[in-house]
Amino acid sequence: MAIEIPAIDIVGVDKRFGVGPGAVTALDNVSFAIRDNEFFTLLGPSGCGKTTLLRLIAGFEQVTAGDIFLYGEHVEKLPPNKRPINTVFQQYALFPHLTVAENIAFGLRMLGRNKADIASRVDEMLALVQLSEMGGRRPTQLSGGQQQRVALARALAPAPRVLLLDEPLSALDLKLRQQMRIELKQIQKETGITFIFVTHDQEEALTMSDRIAVMSAGHVQQIGQAEEIYEAPVNRFVADFIGETNFLDAEVLETNSSASQIRLPGGVTVQAMGRAEGPQAHVSVRPERLSLDYQGDLPCMVQRLIYLGTDTQYVVRLADGSELVVRRQNAQTGTKGFQPGEAAAVVIDPGAVRILAD
Amino acid sequence: MAGLGTATDSQGEVFAPTRNWLLLPSWLVIGFFLLMPVLLMLVYSFLTKEFRGGVVWEFSFASYDKFFLDRGLFGDEGPFVQWAYLEIYWRSTWQAGLATLLCLLIGFPTAWFIATRPVTSRTLWLFLITVPYWVNLLIRTVSMKFLIRDSGPVNEGLMAIGLITEPIQMINTDFAVQLGLFYSYLPFMVLPIYASVERYNFALSEAATDLYASRWQVLALVVIPAVRPGIVAGCILVFVPSLGAFLAPDLLGGAKNWMIGSLIEDQFKGAAGNWPFGAACAMILLSMVLILLLFYARNQSRGAAR
Repeated sequence: MAIEIPAIDIVGVDKRFGVGPGAVTALDNVSFAIRDNEFFTLLGPSGCGKTTLLRLIAGFEQVTAGDIFLYGEHVEKLPPNKRPINTVFQQYALFPHLTVAENIAFGLRMLGRNKADIASRVDEMLALVQLSEMGGRRPTQLSGGQQQRVALARALAPAPRVLLLDEPLSALDLKLRQQMRIELKQIQKETGITFIFVTHDQEEALTMSDRIAVMSAGHVQQIGQAEEIYEAPVNRFVADFIGETNFLDAEVLETNSSASQIRLPGGVTVQAMGRAEGPQAHVSVRPERLSLDYQGDLPCMVQRLIYLGTDTQYVVRLADGSELVVRRQNAQTGTKGFQPGEAAAVVIDPGAVRILAD
Repeated sequence: MAGLGTATDSQGEVFAPTRNWLLLPSWLVIGFFLLMPVLLMLVYSFLTKEFRGGVVWEFSFASYDKFFLDRGLFGDEGPFVQWAYLEIYWRSTWQAGLATLLCLLIGFPTAWFIATRPVTSRTLWLFLITVPYWVNLLIRTVSMKFLIRDSGPVNEGLMAIGLITEPIQMINTDFAVQLGLFYSYLPFMVLPIYASVERYNFALSEAATDLYASRWQVLALVVIPAVRPGIVAGCILVFVPSLGAFLAPDLLGGAKNWMIGSLIEDQFKGAAGNWPFGAACAMILLSMVLILLLFYARNQSRGAAR
């Protein structure tokens, strides 16, 4: 089997803004590789360094230390206009004095393609983003969603090897955003271009990505497929940032490389996924992996509930005073729901409890 | 104009009378200090010259005839084309054009520099641009005369370090006039361009670079189109007053380097003492500028309609 050359290889990258004691560290010793033809997402809260990383790849910023390779080639010396990478900007940055077609043609013109090639490529791109009728309009005459498509078409027109997308859907309303997620994924599949997508929206990340890098405070916390990140978060930050979760402290009774026997605060002993590093461990458990019944693992008191349609979210108090969030399907066995003040018990799914690294 | 004529929405209807009253002072000022004098000049340009410098109320084309046609000393030759005045207008036009170009070349980078400073220091830079205006233009022009005259610090300095052996003739040349115009009107170029650059979305430059544009292509294809309104406003604000400038050509250019301003001044205050002719010169200048601006406005509206 041939060794696959990664689309982007980031090796020990540091990025600091400013010098001296006032310097801000945006990225701290970041290393990972993005595969060819992958839909890769950088996910994290604002200020985590994901946009800085994108700008380093595009060439708008220079690394403080470390190396970035594009298909095996060192790109640090290449200015942004020499990198076969295009960007879809957050606020689109469409040229207001040019028509939609001229905007899409811009990159091809700069590359010196001939007129006939440019014209046919522009038509192709307009068709791809379903704006064939709009070529003669100005960007200001388009809706937000249409502008977003033009920005995408403009960045795809020169057929870059890597496409960077900087929170491109954040300015759209919910319906449009959901529709664009499907289209983006579709376009990535059709074109076969490596997409690097930056977002703070976990739902966007989970629905579109082949792999996700969860970032926080200038570090990559975890890289993996959507299921891995959601089901097996490595640490408290990832578990907390992706979806909803409950955190508990547990006593470790027995541990091996993949699973441990632990005792939860209520005294119940359960099997937990992951290896524990000491006698005490932080564990997380998703609300939907818990249920409520009259008999169960942890006796509790129902505090309050939120009706969510398909299921109901309960906040319950355990014997030691800590609170847990439990999600219970409403269709479940036709039983009536619990009411605040009612005594109940939390039932834990086997394999639902995970040991966190910190 | 728009304020008076276009009260179509319901809110506009309610406020229209108030608005018209509020506009009245402006209309009075414009009418009294702008329209009236221009009309007066127009009338004067068609009157007959009186011997001691006034006018006789007799209709005449004599002033315009004198401007364009040469009928010889006793009026019995020709008529040939009178080149003397056209030459002054031509010199004024290219001097003003050159001053505009120089102001643009220096003003654009200056404005760009200021607009890209941190917000806190921008105010200081803008303030510095206005500092020369604390001193009267006449004083500044005279001091420039002292700077560049044969025994001024520039010539003396160059001779002292041995670069030249005798003074370079700078005063009373086209160069001196150009220097005066450029210096006087540079801030009029900087300020409107600054206002445009300040509103410029720098992400557009990044987008263009990302799409393989070189630095010069970014400037020519994205930046300049985006800040064009500021550039055009600056050019008009420099070109128009330069065309009719009077202090710089008068003080720095000497007797041989007249511009339109000097010619007109001479008719009203100087030796020539020909008010109708001076008025005609002014009307011709006004027509030139109006034609230029109309041409520009038509271009603009065509661009906007596209």
